[in-house]
Amino acid sequence: MTSSLFDVQAIRAQFPILSREVNGKPLAYFDSAASAHKPQSVIDTQSRYLAETHSNIHRGVHALAQEATEAYEASREKVRAHIGAESTREILFVGGTTDGINLVAQTWGRTNLGSGDCIVLTRMEHHSNIVPWQMLALEMGFDIHVVELNEDGTLDAEMFDAHLARKPKLVAFTHVSNALGTVNDAKYWTERSHAAGATVLVDGAQSVPHLQVDVKDLDVDFYMFSGHKTYGPTGIGVLYGKEALLDAMPPYRGGGEMIGSVSFENGTTYNELPYKFEAGTPHISGGITLGSAIDWMNAVGVAAITAHEHELTQHAHAQLGDIEGLRFYGTAPCKAGVVSFLVDGIHPYDLGTLLDQLGIAVRTGHHCTEPLMDKLGIPGTVRASFGAYNTLDEIDRLAEGVARASSMLR
Amino acid sequence: MYLYFMASVIDQRQEHIEDEFAKMGDWMEKYEYIISLGKELDALDPADKVDDNLIKGCQSRVWLNAKQGINGEVIFTADSDAIITKGLAALMIRVLSNAPASDIASAKLFFLDRIGLNTHLSPTRSNGLQSMVKQMKLYGLVFMAKG
Ligand SMILES: Cc1ncc(COP(=O)(O)O)c(C=O)c1O
Repeated sequence: MTSSLFDVQAIRAQFPILSREVNGKPLAYFDSAASAHKPQSVIDTQSRYLAETHSNIHRGVHALAQEATEAYEASREKVRAHIGAESTREILFVGGTTDGINLVAQTWGRTNLGSGDCIVLTRMEHHSNIVPWQMLALEMGFDIHVVELNEDGTLDAEMFDAHLARKPKLVAFTHVSNALGTVNDAKYWTERSHAAGATVLVDGAQSVPHLQVDVKDLDVDFYMFSGHKTYGPTGIGVLYGKEALLDAMPPYRGGGEMIGSVSFENGTTYNELPYKFEAGTPHISGGITLGSAIDWMNAVGVAAITAHEHELTQHAHAQLGDIEGLRFYGTAPCKAGVVSFLVDGIHPYDLGTLLDQLGIAVRTGHHCTEPLMDKLGIPGTVRASFGAYNTLDEIDRLAEGVARASSMLR
Repeated sequence: MYLYFMASVIDQRQEHIEDEFAKMGDWMEKYEYIISLGKELDALDPADKVDDNLIKGCQSRVWLNAKQGINGEVIFTADSDAIITKGLAALMIRVLSNAPASDIASAKLFFLDRIGLNTHLSPTRSNGLQSMVKQMKLYGLVFMAKG
């Protein structure tokens, strides 16, 4: 079905890095969940900006400052439209997903969470949606309740509801698991969490690269993602927050840009949204280039990317599933872009090392989800994650590689 | 008159490994060899497979133990839950075990560069190997001090 919609070879041709060789073999890149590669149009946007437009923004009177500001703000508008936010006042440029979560923890969290309160997280969270809350909990004295998982890597709904009955102030969960690939029903759980009186934060690091996300439809209060996983640059990401919440939150970091006026005598006032949260010179080239990455995804079509990656995931399960002793972690009915597995008696690190010799890039280890790996009683998994540019042939290569490496290691 | 430069036993072993690796083809073959070393490595005494003997800085777990033989030489034993790591440990043991403590402490491990291992290993593995080497040399120093 996807082949007619989707010319993967034409897509691949846009990614210069994919023509590289690794260890004398053509690169098969299965680590897009860690970071995705960049198409030529994105690379060109970045270099064109640096070569032709660069200037500081929001402050100069001159033409370059004007152009740079317009490009940066145009990019904010692209992000807004892409995730379906109401207004660009709700779109904050941040360093990435991690940075966005820390911002919410240190501003909204610090003013809304205290001793006697509780929040709800899930077993499948990335460390970046655990540690900021643990750090804050140590200071503010609230409790953290964890929703455990079913065998297939879906959320335990009964337990989720039981935790909601404790009236948590915040429910924070990932939209898509980076370790298991599970797609959580963000809309459903947001609605139930709201009904329980909670504010809802959803980590979109692994969803925006793969799925069409509409924050208004999901009705989430906070949502964040990273540019580098969405075919864009590192060091830039987006925090969406509902305007009323952002308005009520104290600023995060102080400095230039985020102020209304500064005075020793009369005190300092803060800028309006979204600038209140963007202290200092921002990552201008990153913001502008992220807009170009979003353009690229829309030109290809997010629905087409979703469908193509679904086919890749299915194919990977089918091909790898034939290998003796191979066990999948994460077999939820609804998955996006990630296949995690182990082969009996073989350390994931060994498997990853031999696959690398064959030019196949996978990730091994705990994938920044140690609480999940501990619960599963494993040191980690081998993870193959997909992007728009992966092919069915590459997955065949992966399966052959895993079979060959496994027989060497056994 | 002949002048002998007595290479230390550690250097001789390194050269020997260098010769072995020179005969191998691609890195898949070299890994195959490293894996076989891992499989052949003598099992670690269960009593030594304790957290105190874990080496920090490895993605896989590595246990390293050292004791002194009757002539004062240092004897290393090791294990790992990853077989390639265990093979690398076996390689290091071949080079450094059963040697005088002072030789271990001052050993220059040139073979790692010459067989291309230093450049070939992934950064995490390379860090792990460096931690292993550091720990072995540390044992050398400790046993030197004991005399
Ligand atoms: C689910 C999830 N959340 C958060 C992050 C952190 O993203 P970043 O490192 O870009 O801040 C990641 C990255 O791996 C992730 O997969």
